[in-house]
Amino acid sequence: MRTRFQQQMEELREKLLRMGGLAELAVDRACQAYTNRDLHSCQLVLENESLINAAEREIDELAFDILATQQPAAVDLRFILAVTKINADLERVGDQAVNIAERVMDMIELPAVELPVDIARMATAVSAMVRRSLESFVEGKAELAQAVLEMDHVVDRMRDEAFIVLVRTMNEQPQSTQQALDALLVARNLERVADHATNISEDVIFWVLGADVRHHAQTAVIARPESTGT
Amino acid sequence: MGVGITVERLNAFYGKTQALFDINIKVEANHATALIGPSGCGKSTFIRCLNRMHETIPDTSVNGIVRIGDFSVYNGTSATQLRRRVGMVFQKPNPFPTMSIYDNVAAGLKLNGFTNRKKLDEIVEKSLNNSALWDEVKDSLHKKSGASLSGGQQQRLCIARALAVQPQVLLMDEPCSALDPISTGKIEELIFQLKEQYTIVIVTHNMQQAARVAEFTGFFLLGKMIEFDKTEKVFTNPSDKRTEDYVTGRFG
Repeated sequence: MRTRFQQQMEELREKLLRMGGLAELAVDRACQAYTNRDLHSCQLVLENESLINAAEREIDELAFDILATQQPAAVDLRFILAVTKINADLERVGDQAVNIAERVMDMIELPAVELPVDIARMATAVSAMVRRSLESFVEGKAELAQAVLEMDHVVDRMRDEAFIVLVRTMNEQPQSTQQALDALLVARNLERVADHATNISEDVIFWVLGADVRHHAQTAVIARPESTGT
Repeated sequence: MGVGITVERLNAFYGKTQALFDINIKVEANHATALIGPSGCGKSTFIRCLNRMHETIPDTSVNGIVRIGDFSVYNGTSATQLRRRVGMVFQKPNPFPTMSIYDNVAAGLKLNGFTNRKKLDEIVEKSLNNSALWDEVKDSLHKKSGASLSGGQQQRLCIARALAVQPQVLLMDEPCSALDPISTGKIEELIFQLKEQYTIVIVTHNMQQAARVAEFTGFFLLGKMIEFDKTEKVFTNPSDKRTEDYVTGRFG
């Protein structure tokens, strides 16, 4: 048994989980900031970003070190490749949260208007995708990751619907154009977070099964879990 | 050109102890095939069955079918005939210590009664070229003995000696385990070039070496062939849990 190697792999896993926790928190706070027009939450998201960036560098350094010194193979090699890609996706999730927070900070300056779009519902769905993609990594379960892939279509549809109704709002209520545009951009940020959660799930499937399911390259033959809790 | 190797239901014994169990494998012509596995797993015994070296150990036996191209190895044919087709390189370089570099390479041909000096010169040069040693020894072919060369050069000399009899298959039993990384790199480079002309089977403890030089890899464990597949599959996503445990270092 390669004890030192196993210790390094465990350390890499733990670092990525901490990074995942930070990214998940950033998304939740950004959504909370939007829903409650809460400046404090926005500031927390901005402060959180430097922690995410530092975590990204640490993970890359450790993965690079393991690749250079341990020559991992098979499931270990797939794990490290997956971790480096998930790491980049989590950093981008953090960036999207910052974009939302900055948008909310602008919004707060404007009068609140009622918009015919349920951003909070979309935020809940996207948060769930991020959380479940990380759960699939924690548990090493491809079927959990597969369930996340299927949720992406739902979020895409929400984004499309938001686009249609918000453009209509801009036409019909020009005085609310800025607020509608802010909501539209937040919807787009959330949809991108969902894309990153999808990427993370694809990387988990690659790690666990060795199957590349990106861009529908391969249909993953994964038994659906009896209960995914969805 | 190299030829393929077919092995069917091969069993090998040391006395009553069975060392190989029903091995079936098809080795592709003009490719390198690596055999990996922990010590005592049977990979060296297997390779020695391909050129009938296993039977040179007292009280050993073999049964099953081995074909080198269309040549049946265990069907009444002579070991000498076989070994003209199958060259072998061992873990420790073993040049004939008192012979010159030239005579080391020419030894196999001379043993077979080859006397045409001009032709012999050509084959020696070609073999040393093919083993990437010619430039380093061309000025001292007759002056220096095989033993005077460095370890890496000696191993390339042994490869030249094996190539001189124009085999179809080259068996290599841990050919780099006694060499430094630079010499190892040269031998690996050589394997890459040689497989255009020969079929190569290499036993190695160095998994990265198997991954670097071979298109196909077989994993042996306790005398059985556990998995045989394309090298990239074996090292990125093996089918058998035991193979995965071995290539990821989880054994022991």
